[in-house]
Amino acid sequence: MISHDLATVLPAGLVAGWACVLVVVDLFIPRGRKGWTALLAAAGLVAALATLLQAPALGTGPGFGGMIVADSFALFLQALFLIIGLVVVPLTVDYLRRMGIERGEYYVLLLFSLSGMMLMALAGDLVVVFLALELLSLPLYVLAGFARPRVESEESAMKYFLLGAFASALLVYGIALAYGATGSTRLEAILGSVRGGGANPRFLLVGAALILAGLGFKVAAVPFHMWTPDVYHGAPSPAAAFMSVGAKAAGFAALLRVFLSGFPELAGFWAPAAMWISAFTMAWGNVAAIAQSNIKRMLAYSSIAHAGYILMALAASAGPDLAPAAASSAVFYLLAYAVTNLGAWGVVMVVEAAEGRGLAIDDYAGLSRRRPWVALAMAVFMLSLTGVPPTVGFLAKFYLFRAVIDAPGLLWLAIVGVVTSLVSAYYYLRVVVVMYMRPGEPETRREGWLGAVIGLTAVATIVLGLLPGPVLAWAEQARLLTYLR
Amino acid sequence: MSDLLSTLTVVTFFPLVGALVILLLPKDRTTAIRWTALATSLVTFILSLVLLSQFQAGEAGMQLVVRAPWFRVAGWTIEYHLGVDGLSLLLVLLTTLLTVVSILSTWSAITERVKEFMLFFLLLEMGMIGVFLALDLFLFYVFWEFTLVPMYFLIGIWGGERRMYAAIKFFLYTMAGSILMLLAILWLGLAGGTFSVPDLIAQGNIPANIQFWLFLAFAAAFAIKVPMWPLHSWLPDAHVEAPTAGSVILAGVLLKMGTYGFLRFNLTLFPQAAVQLAPWVAGFAVVGILYGAAVSYAQRDVKKLVAYSSVSHLGFVMLGLFALNAQGIQGGILQMVNHGLSTGALFLIVGMIYERRHTRELEAFGGLWKVMPIYAALTLIVTLSSMGLPGLNGFVGEFTILLGAFGSEAIGSPWFAGLAALGVILAAIYMLHMFQKMFLGPVTKDENRGLKDISAREILCLVPLVILIFWIGLYPRPFFALMSPSVDRVVAALQTAALAVR
Repeated sequence: MISHDLATVLPAGLVAGWACVLVVVDLFIPRGRKGWTALLAAAGLVAALATLLQAPALGTGPGFGGMIVADSFALFLQALFLIIGLVVVPLTVDYLRRMGIERGEYYVLLLFSLSGMMLMALAGDLVVVFLALELLSLPLYVLAGFARPRVESEESAMKYFLLGAFASALLVYGIALAYGATGSTRLEAILGSVRGGGANPRFLLVGAALILAGLGFKVAAVPFHMWTPDVYHGAPSPAAAFMSVGAKAAGFAALLRVFLSGFPELAGFWAPAAMWISAFTMAWGNVAAIAQSNIKRMLAYSSIAHAGYILMALAASAGPDLAPAAASSAVFYLLAYAVTNLGAWGVVMVVEAAEGRGLAIDDYAGLSRRRPWVALAMAVFMLSLTGVPPTVGFLAKFYLFRAVIDAPGLLWLAIVGVVTSLVSAYYYLRVVVVMYMRPGEPETRREGWLGAVIGLTAVATIVLGLLPGPVLAWAEQARLLTYLR
Repeated sequence: MSDLLSTLTVVTFFPLVGALVILLLPKDRTTAIRWTALATSLVTFILSLVLLSQFQAGEAGMQLVVRAPWFRVAGWTIEYHLGVDGLSLLLVLLTTLLTVVSILSTWSAITERVKEFMLFFLLLEMGMIGVFLALDLFLFYVFWEFTLVPMYFLIGIWGGERRMYAAIKFFLYTMAGSILMLLAILWLGLAGGTFSVPDLIAQGNIPANIQFWLFLAFAAAFAIKVPMWPLHSWLPDAHVEAPTAGSVILAGVLLKMGTYGFLRFNLTLFPQAAVQLAPWVAGFAVVGILYGAAVSYAQRDVKKLVAYSSVSHLGFVMLGLFALNAQGIQGGILQMVNHGLSTGALFLIVGMIYERRHTRELEAFGGLWKVMPIYAALTLIVTLSSMGLPGLNGFVGEFTILLGAFGSEAIGSPWFAGLAALGVILAAIYMLHMFQKMFLGPVTKDENRGLKDISAREILCLVPLVILIFWIGLYPRPFFALMSPSVDRVVAALQTAALAVR
């Protein structure tokens, strides 16, 4: 069955392998020609995506004795990661050149991080979760500092690294306790031990709480969110864009997998915890975003707030009848957020100038006159992040709130969710106000790839909001493998 | 597909076609853009007349229904489901007519960023028609929220000095109400398994205590939109800052979306709650009537005066609807149209003088009758209509409403109607006060001496409204005939519910 085992990790393996190849190939690509590295990286991602779409034929289900779980949930998320990668590469090309930091390693690191994210979606064992987390995080630390010797970038990398290491430590400690309590790190075995009454409940609960905290850091949930604004602010914009959607989706992949298929019996403990974290994350992320005058920091707080929304799905998934719909709504939300947010970061890069200029929200004054299409796209992204129809952001919220209202006793959380959405309308609309209603002469950049990405994501934001049929259907049948009694 | 391309679809989405054409025109070709917009709105209006000709006045149920699955989510089939009945038909016609008039009124008022203006305006028209025709709660919500976006831009870009504040306030207030409605819609969908309004009404098995909360959640959205006292504070800001055409549509149509929402959803989906809460709603409506009137009288800015008068007039509409009898509801619907016509015309009138004098202070005028006789005569008719002079449309509407409210079992006391009748007198006071200050007496300000009377285009804007003002005032029967079967059906359902409550 080795071939089957390998087939389950083939797409992720392809990405990691291609990254190794690219390290060498990049040596032979002359400086100033690093666009070729980008192109090769994108080609690798396309190949991985094509392989992934053949997955049903190649092999699904558990592999490597249950350490890897290639279910429809993993399939959806891996596809999402690859698409994120395919959007981030063209976002990056011109930016690196313009900022004078064009180095081929960027794409290599991106691919490594992506392979970590894909592995995260596949992880059926806590040790694999940890490995995947490190594989995705270590390249991200470097990417955050990629604009060295700019101080902000170095600070960003340092902060991200220190707090990330701290979070990893929490996670490892949690895994160790779970292992101590149940005698295994495999989710299936952990569940079996709990159901068989052989687990030490106290250790397991503390372990689960530490795992929740460690992953909460990755998705930027309150109170583990402090790093987010500083890191996004200092990191090169394409890297921040990548983190905000990729690392978040990977964090949620692990959260949903570990808690829904590994610890469903502990739902009485983690569901309320997720509920409170979600409520505080939505509230704080949205309120703090109001005070931001820098667009990158605003998007950072907005990304915290969106983590809060997605956490509602976790809070609403306590029970085998609720969990599938809640998980599907979470992955659809991640997709909607990725499409919208990557586009918004694209617009940030259009206005951003060297040395951290062009990042104040006030710098967007007059954008609707200077660059009407870019401003229109940004307006679409802002409305989608707010959740106004007919954008995909609205549909994602609609789907998510459905799961929350369906869960008993969570109506108040849904109310917190909609009220904080209202708060978010204020700061998202402020960007629109500045672009359309204030006069100004913003400096902008015209770059082909950047424009193409912005256009495509804007169109996708609206088309997925109006004709979501196939994508929704795909998200709906993204089911976590659950272990029967 | 041929089913989908029925009259209702074409009426709803034709403005989008015009918007796409405008999108392709270069932005400095303003004349072409203006004519395209006007032509689009005219064709939409004609299409709505075709709709009127296809409408069977004797039938109570939904007509010309288009229904097709749109997409599936979490076990629900979201449908593209449009239909028209006596409750919505007149409002669709009002929308298409006022859009033509508004676009015509912008010829000289909007000179900056014409392309974007017309784009947003046509998108707004599409959203408004969709709101009145949608029969699927999801679809309705999409149109409902969508109208916010173009209106937000219309106020924020082409508005007055405090336009950004007004635009954001408008957006946030309205959204605050709608998000609660969204939760209620989700709840209904989970309980009923569908978002189709007729299907949900047919199921009709919502327990009374839950109806109460759902009623309130829907009412939050609609009461802000109407706006009912004490949720009206966004309205004066939005109206005063909006450009003339925006104010016309805001007062003429957008506010009606609120009253229409009460009628279409609150009364039919939650009839028991409606019966129980009718005295409360009527109470707030009466407070709104008197408060709006009193505040109007205190205004020095003509546009603000007209804006507050809307609070008062919409109070009448709400009182009529929540009389929960045939007279009250018919009067309420007719008064929605009346208010659209007369207040729309008043905002046009204010806009015309503002274009000439760049002020709207009552003190700045006086004796305009001598300088601009045509303008003054048309204003007089509209003013009299707005204060409810017999023979003009406002009288028919308010009289029917008061008749309904006096005899209403649901409200339970004639005092509501009695106090509301005071509002008619107050309306006469503040409207005549305005007219006297602006038009009568000697010309006191030199700036006013040289004012040109209104142009043929401006007359053309007002004439259709004035014709309808007379028509409804003198011969309202065809208008009542269009709505009465549908209204009777709503009333019958409410009476059944009233029996269940008692």
